[in-house]
Amino acid sequence: MSEKHVDEVSGVSTTGHEWDGIRELDNPMPRWWLWSFYATIVWAAGYTIAYPAWPLISDATRGVLGYSSRADVRGEMAAAEAQKAGYMADIASSTVPEILANDALRQVAIAGGAAAFKVNCVQCHGSGAAGSAGYPNLNDDDWLWGGSPEAIQQTITHGIRFAGDDDTRQSMMPAFADILDAGQIAAVASFVASLSGTPSKPALVEEGRAVFADNCAVCHGADAKGNVELGAPNLTDALWLMGGTEAEIARQVQSPRHGIMPAWGARLGETTVKELTVFVHSLGGGQPSTD
Amino acid sequence: MLNQADVERVDAAAVNSAKNRQSPLYAARRKIFPKRAEGSFRRFKWFVMAITLGIYYLTPWLRWDRGPHAPDQAVLVDIANSRFYFFFIEIWPQEFFFVAGLLVMAGIGLFLITSVVGRAWCGYACPQTVWVDLFLVVERGLEGDRNARIKLDAAPWSLRKLFLRTCKHCIWLVIAVATGGAWIFYFADAPTLLVDFATGHAAPVAYITVAILTATTYVFGGLMREQVCTYMCPWPRIQAAMLDETSLTVTYNDWRGEPRSRHSKRAMAAGEIVGDCIDCNACVAVCPMGIDIRDGQQMECITCALCIDACDSVMDKIGRERGLISYATLSDYNANKALATGNGALPITPALVRGVSGGLSPELSHVRAATLLRPRTLLYFAVWSLIGIALVYALLDRTRLQLNVIQDRNPQFVRLSDGSIRNGFTVKLLNMIPEPRTISLRLADLPGATMTAVGVSSEPVTQLLLPVEPDRLRTVKIFIRLPSGEAGGDHNFRLIASDTQGPETAEYNATFNTPEASK
Repeated sequence: MSEKHVDEVSGVSTTGHEWDGIRELDNPMPRWWLWSFYATIVWAAGYTIAYPAWPLISDATRGVLGYSSRADVRGEMAAAEAQKAGYMADIASSTVPEILANDALRQVAIAGGAAAFKVNCVQCHGSGAAGSAGYPNLNDDDWLWGGSPEAIQQTITHGIRFAGDDDTRQSMMPAFADILDAGQIAAVASFVASLSGTPSKPALVEEGRAVFADNCAVCHGADAKGNVELGAPNLTDALWLMGGTEAEIARQVQSPRHGIMPAWGARLGETTVKELTVFVHSLGGGQPSTD
Repeated sequence: MLNQADVERVDAAAVNSAKNRQSPLYAARRKIFPKRAEGSFRRFKWFVMAITLGIYYLTPWLRWDRGPHAPDQAVLVDIANSRFYFFFIEIWPQEFFFVAGLLVMAGIGLFLITSVVGRAWCGYACPQTVWVDLFLVVERGLEGDRNARIKLDAAPWSLRKLFLRTCKHCIWLVIAVATGGAWIFYFADAPTLLVDFATGHAAPVAYITVAILTATTYVFGGLMREQVCTYMCPWPRIQAAMLDETSLTVTYNDWRGEPRSRHSKRAMAAGEIVGDCIDCNACVAVCPMGIDIRDGQQMECITCALCIDACDSVMDKIGRERGLISYATLSDYNANKALATGNGALPITPALVRGVSGGLSPELSHVRAATLLRPRTLLYFAVWSLIGIALVYALLDRTRLQLNVIQDRNPQFVRLSDGSIRNGFTVKLLNMIPEPRTISLRLADLPGATMTAVGVSSEPVTQLLLPVEPDRLRTVKIFIRLPSGEAGGDHNFRLIASDTQGPETAEYNATFNTPEASK
C-alpha cells in the first residue's frame, strides 16, 4: 500500500493504486447504485424462497409459490386446446365436404391435418406426400380407391388390406404366374404398355389384348381404366405405382405386390381423420364429393 | 451611470457549483428554488412549451377521414392490426423503415442542432425540461416565487404548509396522470378509449401504461428535476462531445464582467478596476440546474438561457449593454478574452474592450451567421436532407398492391395421370389501401398453362379475379398445370396482379419446375 494520496483537481483521495501515473479516485458508490445492489440481494433471498431454487439430493426446494415450469407448459397447452375448441367442435360436427366449403374451417383443418400427417403419414407417403414406388403420391389426380372426400375419409379411417379392421378396403390381384404362360404375360404387358405409350414389341399387342380381355378386364375394366371400388388401378394413365416399364408390368402380373395401409380411425379419432382428409384432398388432386 | 439601487441582490449560492459539490459525497440533494425569469428567452420557452405540450396532448384527438374501412384517427399506432396511421400515410409492418428513417433523421438533426446552437434540445424541447417548467409553474403559483418557497421550505410544518404542499402534489399528480393518459390515446381510438378508461373497461395494459407514465412524470418532473439531467441522462455527455469551438453555448463574458464588484460605485471612486458584473446573483437565482454560469461552461448547463434573461434585465437597470451573459461561441469568447487581457499579458481589463466613449469596442467578435455555416454543419444538413428526400421518394413511389409468391418445394412438381405437370404456389395478395379491391391474377409467359385455385376456381383458367378485403392480405393456393408437351426443364414465367379498377400492378417472377426432359 502506498501512502494516502489526494487528487488535486477533484479533492478526492485515491485508492492508492497507480498505473503509469494514473490514479483511481476513491469515490464511493452512488447511493442509488448501492441501494439497488442491496435490493437485489434481498430480492434474491426472497426469490429462492418463493421459487424452486436450492438443489437437494434427488430433488430441489419447491418454493412457497408452488411454481413449476411443467405446470406452465400444461397450462399453455390447455389454453391452446381451449382456444381452438370451437373450431374442433365445428369440424367434429361437419362433414368433410362442408369443411371444404367453409374457408375458415378448411384452413384450420388443413393446418391440423398437415400436423397429423407429419406425425403419422410421412413414414410411407413422404414429407411432401409425394410417395415413392409402392407408396402412392397423394398430390396427383390418380386415386386407386377414389379421390372424393368420402373415399379418402373411408381409406384413412379403415385402411387398406389392414388385418385389424373389418371394414378395411380389400382386394387382391391374383398371381398370374400360375395361370398364364410366359408368352401370354409378355403379350399382356406389351398391351398394357401400349395403352399409355409405345410398346417395345408392337406385334405382341393384339395377342395381349385378347389375354387382357379374358383375364384382366373383370377388375380393370374392358377399357383398362380401372375400378376404384376394387382398388384396381387405371392402366391407361401416365402414373404407375409399381413402375411402368414392360418388365415391371410383367413382374406385377406374375406375382403382384400389394401395399398395406393401417386403419387410422380408431387411433386418431374422427376429428383428426377429417382434418387429414381435408389436407390430402386439398393437396391438389382431390375430386368432387360423391354425395 | 451605474445605478444599482433598484437591483435586487440575491444571496444565492450555486447548489451545483464545483466548489460546493465535493463535500461530503453522500450529502443529500440540496433543493433548488429557481426564481421566475422574464425576458425574450423565457417568452420563447413559454412558446415552445405551448407548442410541444399542445402537439402531445391534442394530436390523438385529430380526426382524419379514411373512409368506412379504416380508423379515422389522424395519428394512430394500431398494434393489434399492426398498422401505423399518420394523416394521409398508412404504414404496414414491412414499411417500418420509414419510422427507422425518421429516427435516423432525428438523430442527425440533433447532431446538426447541437453543432450549431449547442444543447438547444436540452434547454427548450426536451420533455424533461418542458414538464419541469410546467411543474414549476404550479409550484410558483401556489407557494410563491423563490424567496417565499425557500421560507416555506424552511418553516416548520403548519396547516398552511400542509395545505399548500398537498395542493401542489395533487396538481402535479393530475398533470402526471394526464401525461400518461395522453400517451395511450396514440394506440387506440381516443374517444372510445377515454370512455373505456373512465368506466374501467380499458385493457389492463392501458392502466399499467398510465400508472408507469404517471409515476415517471411525477417523480422526474416534480421530485428529481435537475438530477435527471445531471445524473441519469446520457444526452448531455453525448452532446458535449458534439460541441466545438464554433458552437453556440450560454457564456458568461468574463472579459467584460470581471473583476466583479458588489459596490462598483465605491470601488470606481476608489480608482479600482471594475467590470460589468455587479455580483447580484440574479443568474444563479433563476437557474433551474443550480449552477453559477460565471464558473464557465459546465456539464449541468442545459442552456435554457434564463440566466441571459435575468442578467439582461439587470444590465438594463444599471445602464450597461445587454449580453454580459450571452450565446457565444468559444472562439469568439477566446478572441474577446484575448482582447480584454492584452493577449494574456494582463488580468482582465475592462478598459481594453471599451472605447473612450464607454461603449463596447467595435473590435469585439460577435456571432455571425457565417460561422454557423461550416463544413461540419453543412455535412450534417446534407446527410439529413438526403435521408429526408429518400424517404419522401420512397413514400411517393410505393405501391399499395403487393404480390408475394411462395413456390411449393416438396414436391417440386407433380405428374398427373394425363402426363401433364403441376406446380403449387401460395400467393399472397396485399391490398394496402382501406378500400376493398378486386385483384386480377394472371399467368404470363407460360404458354399452354392453366391454373386452379383452392376454394376459388376448380375450373382451369389463366386469370383469376380475387376480391381482397380493405387493408388486408389474402392468401390463395394456386395450382398451375402445364401440358406434357411443354414440359422439360424449368420455365421462367410471371404472375401479374393488377387492380381491376385502378392502375396499380405487381409482378412476381416465378419458375415452373418440370422433370428433366425424358430420355
